[in-house]
Amino acid sequence: MKIIVAIKQVPERDAQVHIDSTGKWIEEGDMQWALNESDAYALEEALQLKEKHGGEVVVVSAGPERVGSTIREALAKGADRAIHIDCDDLGHLDALGVARLLSAAIAPESPDLTLTGLQSDDLGYGQTGVVLAELLGLPHASLILHVEKTEAGLTVKRELEEGWFQTIELPLPAVLTIQSGGNKLRYATLMGIKKAKTKEIRRVTSQELGSAAAPVVFLDRVFAPQKQKSTQILGGTPKEAAAALVEKLKFEARIL
Amino acid sequence: MSGIWVVAEERNGRIARMSFEALAAGHVLGEELGLPVNAVLPGSQTGALTAAIATKKVARVVRIENASLATYTSDAFTLALEQFIRAEHPDYVVFPHTYQVRDYAPALAARFGQVLIGDVTGIGAGPVFVRQLMQGRLSGEYRPAGGGICFVSVQSGAFRTEQTESVPATVEVFTPKIEAAQIRTKPSQPFRSSAQTVDLGSAQFIVSVGRGIKEAENLPIVQELAAALGAELAASRPICDSGWLPIERQVGSSGQTVSPKLYLAVGISGAIQHLVGMKGSHCVVAINKDPDAPIFEIADFGIVGDLFEVVPALTEAVKAAKR
Repeated sequence: MKIIVAIKQVPERDAQVHIDSTGKWIEEGDMQWALNESDAYALEEALQLKEKHGGEVVVVSAGPERVGSTIREALAKGADRAIHIDCDDLGHLDALGVARLLSAAIAPESPDLTLTGLQSDDLGYGQTGVVLAELLGLPHASLILHVEKTEAGLTVKRELEEGWFQTIELPLPAVLTIQSGGNKLRYATLMGIKKAKTKEIRRVTSQELGSAAAPVVFLDRVFAPQKQKSTQILGGTPKEAAAALVEKLKFEARIL
Repeated sequence: MSGIWVVAEERNGRIARMSFEALAAGHVLGEELGLPVNAVLPGSQTGALTAAIATKKVARVVRIENASLATYTSDAFTLALEQFIRAEHPDYVVFPHTYQVRDYAPALAARFGQVLIGDVTGIGAGPVFVRQLMQGRLSGEYRPAGGGICFVSVQSGAFRTEQTESVPATVEVFTPKIEAAQIRTKPSQPFRSSAQTVDLGSAQFIVSVGRGIKEAENLPIVQELAAALGAELAASRPICDSGWLPIERQVGSSGQTVSPKLYLAVGISGAIQHLVGMKGSHCVVAINKDPDAPIFEIADFGIVGDLFEVVPALTEAVKAAKR
């Protein structure tokens, strides 16, 4: 089975976030970057399917030079090769623009299965995989926790709200968006890191993919969220803060 | 162009609660733009359900009626809405941001060369649409380029359901053409994975733990705090994903929804998927090392600090207070 995994490099979870001078995005200068969490689960699912059924795992990622480190991480974990869509202006594209780039890079590969993470941890649109399926003309299922290959195609376990699930049968080729938590993530081994250095990373530019289109939605402004409640921050040493909190819960909130 | 169309969702034989919130958002938009607000309900044999929407100050109500919409599939719903939109030419299509909508609305929008502005929490003059970025650490204001249909989905709890009723609108029926062969996926009936033995929904006190706890080995410090408070232990998704606590203790959109007297969040940053499961709590306390963590936006009391120092100190203080 030939599997393509679309992965995204996002700011590291605990990174400090500062709004840049344009007021339209965050300062990226000193940012630490990481593989988007649900994409890591998509990659894990792909690697496990390959271990069971054979085939090839190809990762594809769009972004500037720095994305290379996340691609190498995926190769070190066991992906066979990679496609790097080299573009510096990813931030100017909307969800459809990014999905068009990915689709143009993926279509010529004719994969049996395309996986993406459910949602990115930075923009959080949660639609790249679904739009990708639409552009590729393929069936899809989203919020998937488990994938099983069958005679006819796939049976997948889909998460619903409030602790409910369902299974979905779908033919191949198909696109799935993977929810986090379905598998245990692997770490790259030393051997894997060494091997990754010899694996193919093919670079294509967004111009070569010829899929530029004017955005239909603009992110005009980013700002600090408005507080919904006025939080009383209790200061002092941990012991003082704890004592103050117990006082508040007892005499102000009257719940202790 | 025919104004604003709000897509209602049927769930278990009823109109899903979030549909009414989407209608409220539709009305905010309608007032801003001076456009009529209408409602549409895709499904099969939903005649008895539309009465609940028809009195919600809507100009028109349409049932999209087709047997293949009885069970949700993205193919059937995308086709049905596509045909409806081509017939009605809406200016805006507003959805509740449910798991179902997330599964098909982006593809539907793409079919019209558009992008779904998803998970919207506010609507401003312009209009502009506000949604969260960076897991709730930032807000972003989105503006449609214009010149096409604008697709928007609204976050659970962001718009308050309106209580005012109006004279019921007449209900029309739209019948899309859907061939069986166009539906490529086959869904099963929903199921629960295992019997729920923990009912967090009725707990009065909850101590909830997140990624800040770092290792499963560190859980005893929050378990001791929970024991001192007589609280149930709960967790955010990453803790359950890692298998450190069973999934039945997960609070959030994919876990349980809780509204205890006290919700004490330890090392939880407060991503929206978590907040929707606990923002109905009477009193929220957050302990987190990051003063900018979104959990502090909805907390009544906060302690900014190292949970490994604060939690044991709090356990002692609670024990002392109860003595």
